[in-house]
Amino acid sequence: MNDMRILERDVDTNTIKIAARGVQVYYGDNHAIKDVDVDIQDKTVTAFIGPSGCGKSTFLRCLNRMNDTIDICRVEGDIHIDGEDIYDKRVDPVQLRAKVGMVFQKPNPFPKSIYDNVAYGPRIHGLAKNKAELDEIVENALRRAAIWNEVKDRLNAPGTGLSGGQQQRLCIARAVATEPEVLLMDEPCSALDPIATAQVEELIDELRQNYSVVIVTHSMQQAARVSQKTAFFHLGNLVEYGETGNIFTNPEDPRTESYITGRIG
Amino acid sequence: MALGLTGYVVLAIILLTVAAFFMARSRAKSTAGGDIRLLHSLPNYYGYNAAMFAAVPAFGVLMIWLLAQPMIIENSVFKLIPERIVSEGSSRGLVMSDVRRVAEGLDIAVARGALTDDEAGSMRADADDVRSILGGVGVALGSDVEPEVLQAAQQYRSKSETGTFWMSTTVVTLALLGAALAIFVTNADFRARNTVERGALTLLILAASLAILTTVGIVLSMLFESINFFRLHPWTDFFFGGSWAPNFRGDSDLSILPLLWGTLYISVIALLVAVPIGLFAAIYLSEYAGPKTRSTAKPLLEILAGIPTIVYGLFALLTVGPALVSIFGRGDNGLLGVDWMSGATAVLTAGLVMGIMLIPFVSSLSDDIINAVPQSMRDGSFGLGATHSETIRQVVLPAALPGIVGAVLLAASRAIGETMIVVLGAGAIAKFSLNPLEAMTTITTRIVSQLTGDTDFASPETLVAFALGLTLFVLTLGLNVLALYIVRKYREQYE
Repeated sequence: MNDMRILERDVDTNTIKIAARGVQVYYGDNHAIKDVDVDIQDKTVTAFIGPSGCGKSTFLRCLNRMNDTIDICRVEGDIHIDGEDIYDKRVDPVQLRAKVGMVFQKPNPFPKSIYDNVAYGPRIHGLAKNKAELDEIVENALRRAAIWNEVKDRLNAPGTGLSGGQQQRLCIARAVATEPEVLLMDEPCSALDPIATAQVEELIDELRQNYSVVIVTHSMQQAARVSQKTAFFHLGNLVEYGETGNIFTNPEDPRTESYITGRIG
Repeated sequence: MALGLTGYVVLAIILLTVAAFFMARSRAKSTAGGDIRLLHSLPNYYGYNAAMFAAVPAFGVLMIWLLAQPMIIENSVFKLIPERIVSEGSSRGLVMSDVRRVAEGLDIAVARGALTDDEAGSMRADADDVRSILGGVGVALGSDVEPEVLQAAQQYRSKSETGTFWMSTTVVTLALLGAALAIFVTNADFRARNTVERGALTLLILAASLAILTTVGIVLSMLFESINFFRLHPWTDFFFGGSWAPNFRGDSDLSILPLLWGTLYISVIALLVAVPIGLFAAIYLSEYAGPKTRSTAKPLLEILAGIPTIVYGLFALLTVGPALVSIFGRGDNGLLGVDWMSGATAVLTAGLVMGIMLIPFVSSLSDDIINAVPQSMRDGSFGLGATHSETIRQVVLPAALPGIVGAVLLAASRAIGETMIVVLGAGAIAKFSLNPLEAMTTITTRIVSQLTGDTDFASPETLVAFALGLTLFVLTLGLNVLALYIVRKYREQYE
């Protein structure tokens, strides 16, 4: 693992954004997540790593209740965001998802224009009073997703006509446009080439200024490059969680060491 | 006994085929010295190959011969019949059918022993009472047989006999030759498997081209009859005239426009019923319903598609029509106290029932199309905090729209071509009217009424049915092509 750049980055704050306690997830009879406790800090990039099927994506989808859309899925335990229990009956999952944005593995722009793709969230949540404000929100979101210069002349072109990397940045812009507090990213670079991946990673680092970012990734190099905290999942258990530098250089659990050195997974 | 001989020939070919199969198979085995691993193909393939060679050319020639022989014989026999009989018997076809009937009668008489073969060949119409002899064996003739007709029938008989003899010889020889050839080439290195493969391919291509040729044949027959119609009737009246008033004494107004108006009006009402209901049902079933509801509701909805349209027609005539009359008609006794509707048959009746018929059509096509929208689209929308119905309205339906438009167009082409519901539900009056409570008529209804009953296939009043049919065909074909084009274009987006 010589090519791994492990940078000591400052963790700007120690405020806990998301606190999960005793989280269990079942798919029908299958126990997918076993008793996971984790504290995710604000304005930090947290990476979830682990072999396929270890439950990292499932756990990520618990954080904005996307698992609610799957009929056979059942979640137990407590997840608090800013001290509020998101599985409380009074919490509207639709409102929650506006606060906890998500970017998916495969770029999934809607079959609409680039502008309408970004304006989708602000429109359904009524974030803009008029067209001028909406224009501003769209422009800011596209700028923050580092794609503004590439698309500013063709905002009315369909979003599906962009290249894969551009589509993924468009999806990030779309998520950013609703002003979320947490941004969940489920393997956002797995369908991208190295150049687009580098652009997205750079973007993630910038997004850290404003959001708490949680990223699921298969690439340990990527986790090392972009995150400050890393959690290693294995067979539905959270094996180890800590500073990214520590996890990669000095793992405590033998399973973590086996995984990052390539012996398992 | 033409039929009998042909039957024996068929039997002979089948026997030869079976024999060829076993002989080729055992020859293949013996050339390999009993070790089938040395053969190029499995032993059965050599058998199939020989069977193919024995049966296919023989049956092919048999079929062509059976089709061609009567035509050739009729053409040569027809020369014997003088002009006088043809003009009396009104047409060549009728006279020839007399000839065939007498010839068959003679065959039967010979078979029953009422006549000997020689007697049948040498009978004279003026000397023997042909009619009573044939009547005695159960062949009833309408009138006494003209000498020329009898002579033609005798010619016909002898020629068919010779023809059938030669046919049998040729076909059986072909089968023998084919079998012999296939058995001769059978050895361990012969690639029987590949030959059989080519045979299978040919069979499939034949089936496919037969289906296409039938379609072409149907279109051509409609085209020729339509051309006949336009020879007898001005095309300007058909396409641009204003009224439909067929009159079997001639001089009718035969314009398609009032019929087209009725057809389109009823179809539009049907689509106004079917599209919203079908689409909403599809959205519920594909987006909201649980797997249990879905697995019961979907087949139930599709039962609607299996109901014969005549039953829908009865439903229109006996249930929907009277119900509508009780709402919109009967003056003070009606529900609304108005008298707008006099009879059960009306545009609205037919349109409503046709709409019900089209619901499963629209819903099952739309359901497939909505399911084809990738789940990632929905996830993306949910992930941004959209509700389920917002997601459907703003993401799923726009993504599925081209496909849904295609489904609607397919439904429209079915509505335009629908017959039984409008025959029973729409009425028979051809007119331009905007009132949906009046009876109107459609293209399909008029085709039915122009062709049923006593018809003379030479008058424009009958031939107009073909021109109507052709127009209808072009109309629905155009809609189908457009719909398929749109659906296909949409599919390309996600694959």
